[in-house]
Amino acid sequence: MTELLHVKNLRVNARGGAGEIEIVRNVSFSLGKGEVLALIGESGSGKTTIALSLLGYARHGCRIAGGEIWVDGTDVLSLDDKTLQQWRGHRIAYIAQSAAAAFNPSKRLLDQVIESALLHGVGSRAELERKAVELFRDLALPNPETIGQRYPHQVSGGQLQRLMAAMALIADPLLVILDEPTTALDVTTQVEVLQTFRDAVKRRNATAVYVSHDLAVVAQMADHIVVLNGGEIREHNRTERILHHADDAYTRSLLGAARPHGKPKAVTRLPAEAEPLLSIKGLIAGYGKPDSLGLPASRILEDIELELRPGQAIGIIGESGSGKSTLARVVAGLLPAARGKVRFRGEELPGQLSQRSAEQFRRIQLVFQNADTALNPMHTVGTLLGRPLKAYFGLTGKAQRQRVLELLDQVRLPHTLIDRKPGALSGGQKQRVNLARALAAKPDLILCDEVTSALDTVVGAAILDLLAELRRELGLAYLFISHDISSVRALCDDVVVMYQGHQVQTGSTSALLEPPAHPYTDLLVRSVPELRQGWLEENRDLARLELPALDDYQDNGELCTFLDRCPKRINGLCNSTAPGRKTLSSGSVTLCHLDEEAMLPLLPVLAQPSAQEPRLYKVNG
Amino acid sequence: MSTSVSNPSRTSALPRITSPWRSVGAVVCLFWLVMAVIGPWLAPHDVGQVVSDDIFGPLSAQYPLGTDYMGRDMLSRMLVAARYTVGLALVAALLSSMIGTFIALAAAVSPRWLEDGICRLMDALIAIPSKMLALVIVAGFGSSVPLLIITAIIGYAPGAFRIAYSLAASLYTMEYVQVAQTRGESRLYIALREMLPNMLNPVLADLGLRFVFIVLLLSGLSFLGLGVQPPDADLGSLVRENIGGLSQGAAALIAPALAIGTLTVGVNLLIDRISSHRNGR
Repeated sequence: MTELLHVKNLRVNARGGAGEIEIVRNVSFSLGKGEVLALIGESGSGKTTIALSLLGYARHGCRIAGGEIWVDGTDVLSLDDKTLQQWRGHRIAYIAQSAAAAFNPSKRLLDQVIESALLHGVGSRAELERKAVELFRDLALPNPETIGQRYPHQVSGGQLQRLMAAMALIADPLLVILDEPTTALDVTTQVEVLQTFRDAVKRRNATAVYVSHDLAVVAQMADHIVVLNGGEIREHNRTERILHHADDAYTRSLLGAARPHGKPKAVTRLPAEAEPLLSIKGLIAGYGKPDSLGLPASRILEDIELELRPGQAIGIIGESGSGKSTLARVVAGLLPAARGKVRFRGEELPGQLSQRSAEQFRRIQLVFQNADTALNPMHTVGTLLGRPLKAYFGLTGKAQRQRVLELLDQVRLPHTLIDRKPGALSGGQKQRVNLARALAAKPDLILCDEVTSALDTVVGAAILDLLAELRRELGLAYLFISHDISSVRALCDDVVVMYQGHQVQTGSTSALLEPPAHPYTDLLVRSVPELRQGWLEENRDLARLELPALDDYQDNGELCTFLDRCPKRINGLCNSTAPGRKTLSSGSVTLCHLDEEAMLPLLPVLAQPSAQEPRLYKVNG
Repeated sequence: MSTSVSNPSRTSALPRITSPWRSVGAVVCLFWLVMAVIGPWLAPHDVGQVVSDDIFGPLSAQYPLGTDYMGRDMLSRMLVAARYTVGLALVAALLSSMIGTFIALAAAVSPRWLEDGICRLMDALIAIPSKMLALVIVAGFGSSVPLLIITAIIGYAPGAFRIAYSLAASLYTMEYVQVAQTRGESRLYIALREMLPNMLNPVLADLGLRFVFIVLLLSGLSFLGLGVQPPDADLGSLVRENIGGLSQGAAALIAPALAIGTLTVGVNLLIDRISSHRNGR
């Protein structure tokens, strides 16, 4: 196999306060034609910096300080600006993380896809347009003939990401660089995009560099993996070798953090008759002006039922826009419910903050996803943690400081941080302070809104461990909101699956993640990439689900919200009647028409579509 | 590969202002404050006394800043004017910014109807031209120092409110404010401890601008005979009354203009210094 890319002793410097700092140090690797290499590491490891330097580009404030980058026998770093411009987008193409930010919202997609190829004189407009349509078809975009006539806001996020791939591939580049192309996507969308990327790369025998922080994704895509840390290569090997016999300790810690965290923990079950700490019944909430019935214009949550016992952890999972965070806001009192009852410790919880008692404020604590915006940048750690102590317990002076130090111990932070402001803390440290602030109240219930999503894998895993430990020590109950199934699996006893504001399934974590399950839960669970090669091939049908045909129907807002994506929908039933709640033998409750046998895994059903006619579940009443 | 890892520091790539320059703003402001307090006692002549036949006289040992368009001692007039400008304009600017900011904070944490009410009221005040408003007030109530300050506040606090309100409204949606709300904190605490520290830098920058506007307003009023009453004057009116000396490059014109310049630059340098100090540089 001929060598296409050869990077030798690459060094990139960033201008800092005192002179220059090396952010990429003596990085060397090479890649054969038609192979895919992954650059993997945490934020700050230099992976994007290296990827950009392959284009001969350094971000503002950085410069390429030395080394050679040979692409197809040419040293990219020795090219003058004009030639470099010719290379970029033609010989070397780049696919960025956020396609939404990379497209011009006021131009048609087709024009943007062929724009750079047209500029580089790859072909005539007609030729390129024909080629683009071909690529759209390859990338499994719907209506390949006409999708190019739309504008960026008229297609979904996953489609936009694929259109960006079309833009990169249209000039038949020697080298494609993909920079975290699926990180911003929902997990079910990610599978589709990964699948099409992989097919497109294989079919064209393209050479690609894939930048990612997610080992499971990389395992599907790459032949070789380069593990980076602090701007240096820690390990460079074939994918299977890295996955099974990693030599480097750092690589092993990455692998450890990426693996599902053991079995669902068997937590000492509280007696079932224990009074629920939090119970939610028939909750409807949303935003906008209330109508004549007092229901909000845009309903985000529909008929939520939930019971949380003291010391229990319930996970709420779902895609973005499923209403997970809105649920936390209702419990926290930031959004009044339009209908339904929320009871806390046997008392009704008022919807308005002003009507809540000081005790209720103290016992329910909310921890936001992003510690950058959840911690006041002008306050020191001492003030951030001291204020709740004063507000809830009247602690001041020495006693307050003593307790702040105890809290820092509890979240495993050194005492020296007490006088720092959030700007001087790392991401993981900030999230720990964020958590310590909630602990300061000695709460019964902590609402965790995506607390690990903004963190690197290793740091996120440490926060999860801390949450589990605090729960054991302090008997806390969690409402743990996340889109990441493996962290929910590691921490929670029960799970609620949400889809577009509906609670499609509720049950114990172990029961929920095994079949039978609601078709959406099934799809969600199966869409999480596993940390082994070949997973994507085995699950390729996930990306191309055949949906049973439906007759025309009128959606009165009552029908199943998953109807338009459901691979098991039943014509005449799902598109005419609202689904009801029912209990499966595993104990979990779902909102679906199908009976248990029909809910068995998706893929076997797909493999033998006529194996059995889905039996109808008798609708109550 | 043996070089030690140095943490990428958070300092900006821009070169820092070297240390002697960092305190210039404070020194200039201090100088003018001292002059405002003790200036009139230092004045060698009475402020309205015609001391020389020579109008627009040059700098001399006898008249260190020359003489004005009527042959009065410019130094004495400047020393008196400094008190009016610094006292009046600075106090008025500080008060307008403070009042505007506090109304903005109050509006941001108020219930919707009150918030809307305050905003519309402020919009109405902004719509009135400040000079016209000042003329009406002075014509109605006569001219005095407290009245001039109140006039300047009515004219300029609504502008300060607009800027502070847009900052406060976006800060009010921040998550740390929501956390404080779910802690049951009072509106006062949220406004003063959670929001105010985060909006102070732009508000301070706005204060610098407002100071300049008020100096201009006062000199405009003085020109019309409605501001500081002769023979007293403020720095702005000294520039106006000596404008005839422009063609001769008279010191009587240049000195007060320079004074306004240094005062404005000094105030803004000091504000920048405070801002960057608050940012922890």
